[in-house]
This record gives sequence, structure tokens and C-alpha cells, in this order.
Amino acid sequence: MLIAALVTLVSFHLNAQTPVPPDRLLNSAKEPQNWLTYGGDYFSNRYSTLTQITPANVKSLGLAWAYQSPTSGSWETTPLVVDGIMYLTQRPNDVVALDAVTGRAFWMYRYNNVNEIGVCCGSNNRGLAILGDTLFMGTLDAHVVAIDTKSGLPLWNTKVGESKNGYSITVAPLAVKDRIIVGLGGGEFGIRGAIAALDAQTGKELWRFNAIPGPGEAGHETWEPCPPNPKTYCDSDAWTHGGGSVWVTGSYDSALNLTYWGLGNAAPDYNGDQRPGDNLYAASVVALDLDTGKLKWHYQFTPHDVYDYDSVQVPVLADITFQGAPVKALMWANRNGIFYVLDRATGKFLLGKPFAKVNWMSGFDANGRPIQTPQPPGMPTYPAIQGASNWYSPSYSPRTKLMYVSTWQEQGQLYGAVPMVYPEGGRGFGGGNNQTFVPSPDAPTKAIPGAPAIPGLRRGPINNWTDAAGHGEVLAIDPNSGEAKWRYRMTDVTDTGVLTTASDLLITGGREGYLQVLDARTGVLLWKASLGAQMVNNSITYAVNGKQYVSAIAGLTLFTFALP
Amino acid sequence: MTRALLSAAVMVAASPGGAYAQNPLMLGHPEDYPRADVEHGARIYAAQCDRCHGPDGRGVNGVDLGSGKFSHATTDAQLRNVIANGFPTAGMPAFTFDATDFTGVVAYLRNMNSIDRGSLKPGNAAHGQTVVETKGACLSCHRIGNKGSRKAPNLSTIGASRSAGSLERSLLDPSSQMWPINRPVHIVTKDGKVINGRRLNEDTYTVQVVDEEGRLISFEKPNLREFTISTKSTMPSYKQELSPDELSDVVTYLLSLKGQ
Repeated sequence: MLIAALVTLVSFHLNAQTPVPPDRLLNSAKEPQNWLTYGGDYFSNRYSTLTQITPANVKSLGLAWAYQSPTSGSWETTPLVVDGIMYLTQRPNDVVALDAVTGRAFWMYRYNNVNEIGVCCGSNNRGLAILGDTLFMGTLDAHVVAIDTKSGLPLWNTKVGESKNGYSITVAPLAVKDRIIVGLGGGEFGIRGAIAALDAQTGKELWRFNAIPGPGEAGHETWEPCPPNPKTYCDSDAWTHGGGSVWVTGSYDSALNLTYWGLGNAAPDYNGDQRPGDNLYAASVVALDLDTGKLKWHYQFTPHDVYDYDSVQVPVLADITFQGAPVKALMWANRNGIFYVLDRATGKFLLGKPFAKVNWMSGFDANGRPIQTPQPPGMPTYPAIQGASNWYSPSYSPRTKLMYVSTWQEQGQLYGAVPMVYPEGGRGFGGGNNQTFVPSPDAPTKAIPGAPAIPGLRRGPINNWTDAAGHGEVLAIDPNSGEAKWRYRMTDVTDTGVLTTASDLLITGGREGYLQVLDARTGVLLWKASLGAQMVNNSITYAVNGKQYVSAIAGLTLFTFALP
Repeated sequence: MTRALLSAAVMVAASPGGAYAQNPLMLGHPEDYPRADVEHGARIYAAQCDRCHGPDGRGVNGVDLGSGKFSHATTDAQLRNVIANGFPTAGMPAFTFDATDFTGVVAYLRNMNSIDRGSLKPGNAAHGQTVVETKGACLSCHRIGNKGSRKAPNLSTIGASRSAGSLERSLLDPSSQMWPINRPVHIVTKDGKVINGRRLNEDTYTVQVVDEEGRLISFEKPNLREFTISTKSTMPSYKQELSPDELSDVVTYLLSLKGQ
């Protein structure tokens, strides 16, 4: 009886499950055993100082536990781990609390969306924020709900956008100080994007930044009036459904009190003729004052975007030495194929260098504005719709001083604009393109047999179009030059983010479903595990009672690995 | 298929006249859909559906729109419902079309393969079978039913998912229709074993092939001494081998192979 009791005592762990006040989030680096926010920390470096798993012992990793989602489709979430409890979302809008050592569930909360939801690309959700004893989730019908961490019961529910007009929230919220920040998705439906801050206690909206400025707002002049006799369809109300969606979590600099967010494509995606002008702030990064939501600065990566080059990437902040001088940097591997270094205090353009084949532009002018080179009809544009990189997280390692990015290489696209007329008071769908993917440049007008018009956001186990339509690479980019120090080439493309650690591990996945661990210094493969389905998310690492774990989702299963 | 070919194919599509039949049980016959509806649907498909489903309707894994077989619809009304409601969990949005657009899209879906007629006239299926089994020597590589080789793709149900135009293109220019994943491979293992075959799948670390005897083999790439992939199909072109009439007969025969 005594022995049985002793065994019971050591077979569970009891961590101090204290609330998460704002200071814990601000100083998340002090508790590497926890994963407190989507990007790992407010600078979104996705870098862990845990070092129990090393290049020498990583081959000994084994499965600690697995958890399966009941709902099919892309599982794009990043879990949080706080004091031994893992909180995560599963499709469409469930929240689950698991024991991080065994994967067993404590509670599940299920949010019921209204019937009419407008989502282009699946019932996705990218994760939670935590503040105090409360979790926060955005929903497909464009609400934010607050959920009690202990019981899984909802505390408040605030509507942020109108679902039947195409608005949704799929982004993991950002909790800072006393507020929760979210962005609205729906760029394929002709929304007018926005970023909103809600009071964490009550859900009341504190401020809203319009991604597409209206009359009187700075930047509205970039939605130019239609010419008197337009040769093709021109929409005089284009700004009212101008796009600028948000669906990936931004970053925060507490010293500057600025929060940084990437904004999506202009709408409609491809027919620029109906919306003359640069179309701010679509395909831009905006730096907003955290307290007021006022715009401090912006930089537009792709003015008058007609390629669906959403700038919805994670803004990576780091204090670096840039070409010999200290810089408060913002680093960005954009969907448009260019790697950027900006000064995050002022928005000053410091560097822009292609990290993939690029032919929509040929260079930058003195102010960092791209010189655009639209391709003739029937000729491919590089990169293609899904971009040279996308929403999945990059990582910055302060040890190697390299920016690691999952990329798509050598993938071109034919673009052909058709008008998109948005219905009154409702949502449209479609960006107005009617062309298919193309193979290598010597056969520009032929589609690849067997390839979909855009690469499926999910794939079955057969890679139909192979490297005839591009391949994936993990790049290790030196921010000083924009050059890749090393590249890790994969056969298929990748929708998986990168995680690095202080023992110089780089952890990533890919569409092939391999969890891959590389040496972050050299790009050499150290270990891999075939998990059996596409990985469309970002891995995390955490520790409980001194034992380090790596969690990675492939298909419908969350796998957690540890050393024996 | 190129847009020019599509337009040309639509122009020679369904026979003149043909009333629109509201037969709730039918799977769809081309002659029952007016040409104007098919053409209208083709334009909508190109603008709204092509980006995910691809020009041949096979862009989404497990969905073959050209086959006429839909896993969630049998009648035209059911097809409309699928399009109107979408599949949010699978990534397909709902589409708010008006009645004319729905009519057009459904008409086009019922005719996706049949309107890609190619340039050959309809032929004689029985004669086509003879050509396949004798002069064409097709069964020296392909298999139909329980006859033939396993070297090349099985043709037993090829008529269900391929259009006349694409079959014609396969016969005249086989490399142009070959899916990149199915390219011929030449492999020599570390212990000297030679395998020639057709690639079925590949990733960064492994490759899966079917060899000339029809055996399924998976290889770990570090264990291979040689691994080359050809972009040229091993199937010969029949442009000089067969007369236009013989080609028509062969295509007609292949179109009749629809399995169950």
C-alpha cells in the first residue's frame, strides 16, 4: 500500500500554476521552460534557451506522447505551455488543456461559430494568448472569446467583425499589458482589414487601426480616383473592400511601446486596374503605438500589389550589429521573395535582397521603394501566389546571428487579371486571376500536368508536381548582407516554421511530414522522424521538471518527443 | 490544357439543339446541356474554381471533377448545393452565384472532359481495341483488364477520367501529358542492383517506384549509387505509326474503358 502510494506520488507533477501577469510575458526569456506567447517572446524570435537536447544526443529522441485532433483539415496552431499545462486550439474553434508531460486532457472548450462564416482557406486557427488566468482566442465568425484557464469556461465574447461580410479571425492574439490585440482576416472576400485592441478584463474595444485608410485618414490618397474614361472596370469605392487582412501574430517592443503587424494583399488580389494607386497599407508592415493604436510608421513591401503578396509574416525583432553599427532591427523574409532589414524605431529601409528568384521587381530606388517590372502576359512571375515564404514562423538565433526562414524556391506563376465586382452589403470571393502554375521558364505557357492551379493548402501523400513546380529550402540568412550562409534543400515545399535553440538545434518540418532537426550552424541534418502527414504550423520546445520536450504537429496528430 | 484549346474545344462541343433535361437521377449526358450554358460555366470555372481545382478538375487531392463522379453529389441539384455551401473544413468556400451562373457551372462540370474533344473524329471502338492489341503493341507496356504488362500505367478505367483531347495528346506527344511525379527513373543500388521503373512518389530522403515487373519498391536515397530521373516518357509517339483513322479508333476505344 505504501509502495503504491509512493509510485503515485512520483507519477504526477505539480508545478506552481500561478497566473501570467504582463511582466511574465515581458520577461518570458527568464522562463525558457514555458512557451508563453505565439512567437516564443515579444520579439518573435522563436528561439529557446533550453539546452538539454543537443546535436550530440538528439538522435536519442523518442516519442513521449501523442494527441490527436478529432477534426480534419490543416492544423495550424502553435500551443502554449505554462507551468506544465499545454493549451492549444484545434479546428474549428476548440480550446484544449493538456498535461504537458503525458498529453492527457484536463478540459475542452468548444466555441460555436454562427452558421454563415466566410473563410477562404479552411477553418484555421493559429493559437491562443494568455494573460492572468485567462486564455484568448479569435474565432472564424470574427469574435474574440476569453476562457478561464482552470475550468475552460468562457468569460466574455466580443464581436470584432461581421462574419457575413467575409470577416474572420484566425490569428493567435497578442496579449500585452492590459490588452489583447487581434487582426481581421478575409482578404479574399474584399474586407477592409483592421487591427483592434480589446481590454483583457472586459473585452471592450480600446482602439482600432484601419488597415485601409478611409477619407481623411493618412494614406487614403493612395486609393486614387478612377480615371474619367477607364479602359477597363474601375471601382470608385475600392478602398471600402481594399483588403489588408491580418492573420499572423505581430510583435512588440516595450522600450518603444510599438507593436508591429504585417498586412495582407490588396483586394481583389490580382486586378490592380480597378484600384489605382499604391493601395496603402496593403502588403505593408505597420508600427502602431500600443496605447492608442496610432500609426507611428509604415513600410509597404509591395506597392499596388497584384500578386497576392500578403505581407502576413511574423515580424522578427532583434538588436543587431548591422554592417558595423548597432541597430534596432526588424527583419522580414517577405512573401514577395525579398529579405528586408528595417530600423524598427523609424521604419528606415536598411537592406532589401532577394532570397528566391524574383522578377516582379528589379531593385530599389534610393528610398527603398521597389522598381516594379510587371511581366508580359503569358510569362511567369516569380515568386508565385504562395510566395517565397509565407505565414509560418521564421527564427532568429542570437548565438549564430542568423535569420532562419522556410522558403519556396523556383516557383513561378502566370497572372491574368479579371474584374471583381463586389456585391452590395455582402462578400465577394475571388481575387480575379485565371491562370495556372507554370514550370521552369523555358516552357512558360504550359501548365504542369497534374498540378493544381494553386498548390493545395494541404496535400495527400503523393507529390504530384515535384520540383517541376518548385521545392522547399530552409535558409540561414546573414542580416548584414541578405545572403544565405547555408541552405537546406528539400524535395517538396514547406509550410512549417523554424525553431532554434541555444544548443544550436534548428527544428522544422515540411510538406513531406518529416520532423527534421538540423545543426543551426551548418545546416547538416542531425535527426529526422517521419510523422506521416503535412506539417502546417510551428513547433515549440518546453520543459517540465527539468525534462525538455519538443512538440510538433503533423496532420491531425500532435507528437511530443523527449530524451529517454 | 491551354485556354486557346479550351475555347476551341467548347466551340465544337455538344450537338446543336438538345433540351436541358431535369432528370434528377441522371449522371449527366453532354447532349442535355446547351452549349451556351457550358461555355458560360467554363468562364466561371476559369475565374473561380480553376485556382484550386485546376484546369482539368484534378487539382485537389482525391477530387476528380472531370470524371463525372462526385463524392457528395449525384444530381444537378446536389452539385449546386455543394458549390453553394462549400466545405469550410476542407478549405472550399461557399459560392454565391446567381441562377444563370449555377446552371452554367453545373453544365460545365458535366461536360469537363467531353468538351475537350481534341482534333480526331469519333472512331470505331472495336477496331481501336484491335489496334491496341496488335499493331500498336500497347499491351507490351500497359495493362487493360487482365491482359498486358505492368510496366506502364493501367488503362482499365482510363476513359472515366481522361478527355478525348488529352488521350490524343498522350498518343502524339506522350512526354507532354506525363505528370512529373511519374517520370521514368534509373536506379543503381550500392550493391549494384539495377532498377528501371516509373517514379510514384519522392521526398527529400526516399523515393518510391514501380519497376518493370510491377513491383512496388521504396528506396532510401543515401543507399543509391545512381538515381537519375528522365523528363522524357518511355512511351513512343504514335504520330507516324498510326493513321488518323486508327488514332481515332484507339481514342474511342480508350474512352469506353470506364470500369465499373
